[in-house]
Amino acid sequence: MVADTLLLSRLQFAANISFHILFPSITIALCWFLLFFKVQFNRTGNTVWMRIYRFWVKIFALTFALGVVSGITMSFQFGTNWPGYMRILGNIAGPLLGYEVLTAFFLEATFLGIMLFGMHRVSNRVHTLATLLVALGTSLSAFWIIALNSWMQTPAGFEMRNGVAFPVDWFAIIFNPSMPYRLAHMVTASGLTAGFLIAGLSAYRILQGDPKPAPRLALKVAVVACGLLIPLQIFLGDLHGLNTLKYQPAKIAAMEAVWHTEQGAPLVLFALPDAQTQTNKFAVSIPKLASLILHHDRQAEIKGLNEFPEAHPPVAPVFFAFRIMVAMGVLMLVVAWLANWQLWRHKTLSPLLLKVLVSMTFSGWLATLAGWYVTEIGRQPYLATGILKASDAVTTVAPAHVGWSLSLYLCLYAALLFAYVRTLFVMARRAVAVDAADEPTSPPQPLIPQGEVHS
Amino acid sequence: MNTLTVLTGPAFWLPVVFIGLMALAFFMYAILDGYDLGVGILLPYNTPNDNYEAQRDTMIASIGPFWDANETWLVLGVGILLIAFPAAHSFILMQLYLPVTLMLAGLILRGVAFDFRTKAAEDHKNLWDSVFKGGSLLATMAQGYMLGAFVMGFEQTLAAYIFAGISAICVTAGYSFIGATWLVMKTEGPLQMRAAKWARLSGWLTALGITAVSIINPLINPAIFAKWFGSSAVIVLLIIPVLCGGLFILVDRHLKQVPHTHDHNCWIPFATTVAIFMLCFMGLAYSFFPFIVPGQLTIWQAASAPESLLFIFYGVIVVLPTILIYTAFSYRVFWGKATLLKYY
Ligand code: HDD
Ligand code: HEM
Ligand code: HEM
Repeated sequence: MVADTLLLSRLQFAANISFHILFPSITIALCWFLLFFKVQFNRTGNTVWMRIYRFWVKIFALTFALGVVSGITMSFQFGTNWPGYMRILGNIAGPLLGYEVLTAFFLEATFLGIMLFGMHRVSNRVHTLATLLVALGTSLSAFWIIALNSWMQTPAGFEMRNGVAFPVDWFAIIFNPSMPYRLAHMVTASGLTAGFLIAGLSAYRILQGDPKPAPRLALKVAVVACGLLIPLQIFLGDLHGLNTLKYQPAKIAAMEAVWHTEQGAPLVLFALPDAQTQTNKFAVSIPKLASLILHHDRQAEIKGLNEFPEAHPPVAPVFFAFRIMVAMGVLMLVVAWLANWQLWRHKTLSPLLLKVLVSMTFSGWLATLAGWYVTEIGRQPYLATGILKASDAVTTVAPAHVGWSLSLYLCLYAALLFAYVRTLFVMARRAVAVDAADEPTSPPQPLIPQGEVHS
Repeated sequence: MNTLTVLTGPAFWLPVVFIGLMALAFFMYAILDGYDLGVGILLPYNTPNDNYEAQRDTMIASIGPFWDANETWLVLGVGILLIAFPAAHSFILMQLYLPVTLMLAGLILRGVAFDFRTKAAEDHKNLWDSVFKGGSLLATMAQGYMLGAFVMGFEQTLAAYIFAGISAICVTAGYSFIGATWLVMKTEGPLQMRAAKWARLSGWLTALGITAVSIINPLINPAIFAKWFGSSAVIVLLIIPVLCGGLFILVDRHLKQVPHTHDHNCWIPFATTVAIFMLCFMGLAYSFFPFIVPGQLTIWQAASAPESLLFIFYGVIVVLPTILIYTAFSYRVFWGKATLLKYY
């Protein structure tokens, strides 16, 4: 019976947080984009920036609302489904969550009202400040929650007394070994998610025949931002992997599907890992490359899963999720740079590339989710590495209740996700139609319309 | 260790401070999200003859800039329960698993409906308005039910379930009451008059509910009976219900005369409602302190390690006043009658 509750609780937690992260991964960076639009408007007086701001602030509001309501669900989850978690890790987890509420949630939620609806009630300067504070709030909240999550991955600065974790050094707890890497990688992931969203919807508007400069300028900003962020992200990902190798070697072994400790391990591009026989089927691999990437030495030894009997994560999901993330990263690199090149050469994008961008509107979601699945499933069977196993923390609520709540959440999330995506495109189409009236309708213009941008 | 060092030691006073903070957070929540949930419950449906879309727009505009920050008090309250009293957090939330789930579903639905209603396709607006109303109602009923279950010490008897059911209705009436008085303050014209009617109705319902709960609770709960009537303090304590009754009468008389010729008094019903909420809250707090799970767990038994509480305590001292200041700033920015929401 407990086993059922464990499985259902895991599924429910995974469903809730997967749904939740979709929205922060947009809002964290989108707000900085908004600030950029606003500052550009203040600086240049060009009303196109204001139009962009107005369009995207609505999307921000919608996304933020979904982030808030799904986040509230998260804060109840710890108590309802993982009581053991709070009993054993509560002394560490509690204050970190508390600081998130105190420093971040109130800040963003309060100034959001002014940012969204207060433009005519406060001075322009205060309104810009409100936008800045909301952006700071979302980033701060990422800081605290990532600190906690990283601590669960690579615990530090604590001691165990009678099986309960007690804090010893808060600085070491917050800036635990994997925290800087995870925070940087996550914030950059958010930049890419928001960037591809802006690019995708703007491209959609242009393809729908929107003649106005706003989507073109927004597209340009997004494409340039993505072009800069994606190499950074790949670099950070590499550093992150090296850090993981040091502190969570079992996770790396699962990511690379290394069943047995090996010298000069190959990089497996594709395979079907088989837990039964502990081998990879249909493997396509490049000899020695894994050793080279991870140790910068072709002959270096990589620890295999056999070194972690009974305490290594399931291989297949980690292996595939990692490949999905990296594949998305490479795809993003190709598309973003191609787009930048076309912009630079022709000042405009080809219809084909616009279509590709539309199809990649939510590519950031895919990569982000895949990344989190690597991180979280790769940590199994532990909830906090070396301290607490998930099975020891689970609730005693009856499985029927958990099953019931899980089904409720799943239905709700499916409906809301559908409504969200649909609404984004409805809003884009409406922007194509509505705004056109009060703007000069000239034939489709190049991305940077002459005379529109003040230099 | 002698008594004095125990009483002044952090292991003693930190839990007291944190239960105070938690009470403050839940009180703020009941007031602030109370009025915006109430407004949600009161949203009028269209009738064959009348289209109330404009009224719904104004009602929602009156809470638009605030609802998100209002809900954050719930996160803070539950957060403090989690941080400071982890044992109680797990216990309470596991007991209340299903109502919590329903409440969350309600909060999710109304939170998103608020944004979808203006952004989704035109012909879906009425649908999202119903979702907003239904979600508000669901969340409120669930909260009332949980309050009732808490007061009954999570007993699983028929009586306890009935009590929780009454409490659900009572809290719904209370939130409608404060929502309606909020509207009296923030709107004008026909909507304001309508709100005054709603406020009177839900006000009487709330008074009835509070009376019922105040009578039933000490009768079935000997410990609480002893606390209220067991000492000479009873004279002082009786001020609470008397004052409460007086305020109800006052507010009703004021509402009867809406619209007043001088509308600058429009804040009086809302302020009075806040006072009533505060009195009820004090009554509840007095009944249960120092228990955090009635009859089972005191705040000291449930508290987490002093070093963790101290770490967060320093933050609270600095941050909480700041939060209060900028919350006040935000209310000042949107002072006065509600105007239609525009994103610029
Ligand atoms: C890296 C980012 C990130 C991650 C991993 C999480 N969150 Fe989150 N959360 C945010 C980033 C964020 C945010 C950007 O701050 C949100 C999203 C949109 C928003 O409104 O704020 C937010 C909102 C949000 C809210 C509502 C805040 C409000 O009322 O304004 C709560 C209660 C939580 N989250 C709780 C959690 C919990 C308990 C998590 C993990 C178990 C969690 N979040 C993971
Ligand atoms: C935001 C992105 C995140 C995603 C997509 C995510 C995803 C997941 C998934 C898929 C699981 C299930 C793993 C399994 O059981 O096989 C899980 C487990 C869990 N995660 Fe996360 N997670 C995220 C962030 C966090 C954060 C920030 C925390 C805490 C601070 C956290 C705490 C947990 C806990 C407590 C469990 C349950 C125990 C377990 O199954 O290991 N997660 N998460
Ligand atoms: C292409 C090169 C990339 C590499 C080498 C890489 C590497 C990694 C590694 C090793 C992890 C797991 C770390 C751990 O749990 O210990 C990870 C996690 C993650 N990745 Fe990537 N990544 C890449 C691209 C991307 C892209 C394009 C995105 C999103 C836009 C992304 C988003 C994430 C997220 C959200 C996580 C989970 C949070 C974290 O642990 O940082 N990654 N990445």
